[in-house]
Amino acid sequence: MGYFELIIACVFVNNILLAQFLGNCPFLGTSKKMETAVGMAMAVIFVLVLAGTITWLVYTYILVKFGLVYLRTIAFIVVIASLVQFVEMFLKKSIPALYAGLGIFLPLITTNCAVMGVCVLNIDKEFTFLQALVASLFYAVGFGLALILFAGLRERIFLARVPKPLQDTSIALITAGMISLAFFAFQGMV
Amino acid sequence: MIESILFTFGLGSVCGLILSFASKIFYVYEDPRIAKVENLLAGANCGGCGFAGCSAAAEAIVNEEAPVNACILVATENISEIAVIMGAEAGTAEPLKSYNNCDGGNRATDRFIYNGLNTCSGVASFYGGKRDCTVGCLGLGDCVRACGFDAIHLGPNGYPVVDREKCVGCGACEAACPKSILEVRTMSQRLLHLNASYDALAPCAQTCPAEIDIPRYIAHIKNGEYEEAVYTIKERNPLLLACGRVCPHPCESYCRRGIEDEPVSINQLKRFVADMEMNSGKRLPIECAPDTGKRVAVIGGGPAGLSCAYFLRRVGHRPAIFEAMPKLGGMLRYGIPEYRLPKKVLDWEIQGILNLGIEGHTNVRLGVDFDFGSLIAAGFDAVFFSVGAWNDYNLGIPGEDMDGCFTGIDFLAKIGNQEEVEIGRRVAVIGGGNTAIDCCRTLLRKGVDKVLLVYRRTRKEMPANEVEIVASEEEGIEFVFLAAPNKVIGNEENQVTGLEYLKMELGEPDASGRRRPVPVAGSETVLDVDMIITAIGQSPELGFRGKGDRLDDLDITRWNTFEIDPATGQTNVPYIFAAGDAATGASLVVTAIGGGRRAARSIDLFLNGKPVVPQPKALLNTHIPESIFESVDGVKKRQRTKMPELPVSERIHTFEETDLVISEADALYESSRCLGCCRLCYNKELT
Repeated sequence: MGYFELIIACVFVNNILLAQFLGNCPFLGTSKKMETAVGMAMAVIFVLVLAGTITWLVYTYILVKFGLVYLRTIAFIVVIASLVQFVEMFLKKSIPALYAGLGIFLPLITTNCAVMGVCVLNIDKEFTFLQALVASLFYAVGFGLALILFAGLRERIFLARVPKPLQDTSIALITAGMISLAFFAFQGMV
Repeated sequence: MIESILFTFGLGSVCGLILSFASKIFYVYEDPRIAKVENLLAGANCGGCGFAGCSAAAEAIVNEEAPVNACILVATENISEIAVIMGAEAGTAEPLKSYNNCDGGNRATDRFIYNGLNTCSGVASFYGGKRDCTVGCLGLGDCVRACGFDAIHLGPNGYPVVDREKCVGCGACEAACPKSILEVRTMSQRLLHLNASYDALAPCAQTCPAEIDIPRYIAHIKNGEYEEAVYTIKERNPLLLACGRVCPHPCESYCRRGIEDEPVSINQLKRFVADMEMNSGKRLPIECAPDTGKRVAVIGGGPAGLSCAYFLRRVGHRPAIFEAMPKLGGMLRYGIPEYRLPKKVLDWEIQGILNLGIEGHTNVRLGVDFDFGSLIAAGFDAVFFSVGAWNDYNLGIPGEDMDGCFTGIDFLAKIGNQEEVEIGRRVAVIGGGNTAIDCCRTLLRKGVDKVLLVYRRTRKEMPANEVEIVASEEEGIEFVFLAAPNKVIGNEENQVTGLEYLKMELGEPDASGRRRPVPVAGSETVLDVDMIITAIGQSPELGFRGKGDRLDDLDITRWNTFEIDPATGQTNVPYIFAAGDAATGASLVVTAIGGGRRAARSIDLFLNGKPVVPQPKALLNTHIPESIFESVDGVKKRQRTKMPELPVSERIHTFEETDLVISEADALYESSRCLGCCRLCYNKELT
């Protein structure tokens, strides 16, 4: 599979949110305001690229080498969680401007299912290091795309006539389902 | 087996070690309130508040970017605790308390002498009692005897003093008083009470469009109780920082001292305490009544909208403000230039109002993003409509659409929004009101060579505030009086090169009492200018009509304002109420604030399912005839405190605030000039 197909597959066809249904809690939680959604998207890109590559390294050079592949899940969780916590503390002290932009979103996605899912997928599909890096980046871009699209919709829905029982989260879930249906049109492309 | 245990243990300890060192090395000081607030939040990281997780929400609450009740999951007690941390009171129950309305007492003059009668109700039945004042306290203590809780005693000045700690709000004193001196009211009732003809009111308090109890707050300042003074103002006007700066203080023209001496500088005192609160760095907690669960959509975030939302919130409703511009504040932000009202001050004031738990939505326009139908569908129970008057009148002369021609509010709004505006070298501003003066002084600070103010009458007839006219004279603005613009002259590139006007002379007075200008034939004169700003008045923007559900239902007057019942603010659509410039035409900030409160009272009635009727005997800014004097005895002339201001040479180059705040010593002196008037009696200085 070439890199172009890989990118298309990650962003659209296997969109982590709308085709694989991973990471739905931050998707619903941070899509109320466009500003928050953009910040969240950036933070996911940042964390996924870091987590995807580091877990790949841990898997290939430690777990496989010592024959501990069965400890994959627990090792990944601990590694990602400490990594994100560490990066958060580092940013807060050293780059406050960047922290103000993404930092507050970091603890929210520590070993979130989308992050964990991408790391596991990278291993399951037997990607090389470079493929794992590209895949992690573009899974995150796909997440950001879906989140920002959805935030735009929800900002408009807030001002629209919504029947009382359907207001807020329920209309959001229905809308999410419809966008997901639309994304099914990409199936079979790659 | 062994290696997996070793591996897990090793991984755990490595990660743990790295993180504990990191937390030591990368430690950053954080406001301790953030951790406290976060502990009170639900901890579910659900995002229901619109922020990314609970710690982000806690930070936003502490930074005053989110209201204290932002979290949708936690119980009311937690919200109250957060409110306590943030210095605002969310309100638990609304108790009744007794208030004394008359502090005339022994200083009030007597008309009759009664011997042998020693109860208030007794003397009241004979010609209404001994006092000249028909509403004042009789001072014989029926209320003291009626109180079963020992909460009232007669003070040394001959009027009852209520001990708020002991008062339980039983209402016995109110029932015993033959006048209406003691009133047992909840906070909401007091907040929504409109001045009435039976109230004990000084002339200034009758005049104030926001109905502030002026003598009371000045007395607080005199006693050094600055916080009490702020609370007294905030019972009627939530925008005291803005009003303290821009209000043309109609109250001072009715000041009794002004009859014999210069009036008390009331507005400067308001600004003094308002600035005191802001500069103290902490907000005084504002009490709100328990939640009613009713929601009100406030369309337009200007002074009327903010005032209405503030009062609705304080009586327990849930208002949400919808504003078309990028930020809240309306004309305060986009019509009043930075040098009169700094944006930083306005931001602080508006945030204080939003902190009570009011949602603010900006960049949403009626007719484009929402309409009355969608608001009702979204669950709002009533609508307050205060879109202001943003549509500048045109002169109706040829050439008005050339490049270099602007209109007043449009120009000021662009400057206020920090947009780039191409400024000429020599500018003519047409009009004699505050907008015209604001344009002139803004242009001067933008560095133009010459500003000419063209007005068709004379200085005496100019509707602008006197202080503003004086300040612009000092700053070197040239006035061209008795000049009616005739046409705009331009070159081939459609660029303004001059303004032709006709000279006028004053004829007979017209309906407004101002002498009508009459053109002098053949007197055409050309002013050499390359930019023209027309600021001759505004009317509400009606562009939303015909663009959405139910938007054409509101009746419009022939001045293009919205038709309301002036006593209630209700429009022809029962659930829509209006006030501010949209209802009155371009007027004062303080009028909009008063209108907002008047409408809040009606909305409260409407939401409680009561008929929306005017308050009986409401004054609605008319005066009580017996309280307006021709002359005032016993006044010793003492000079009025002058307003400190930046020197002309400094201020004309910057947008720094021009008017400064008076010192504490000056404030104490100025407050001592107040005669402490009530309806009839006042403190004489000479006897």
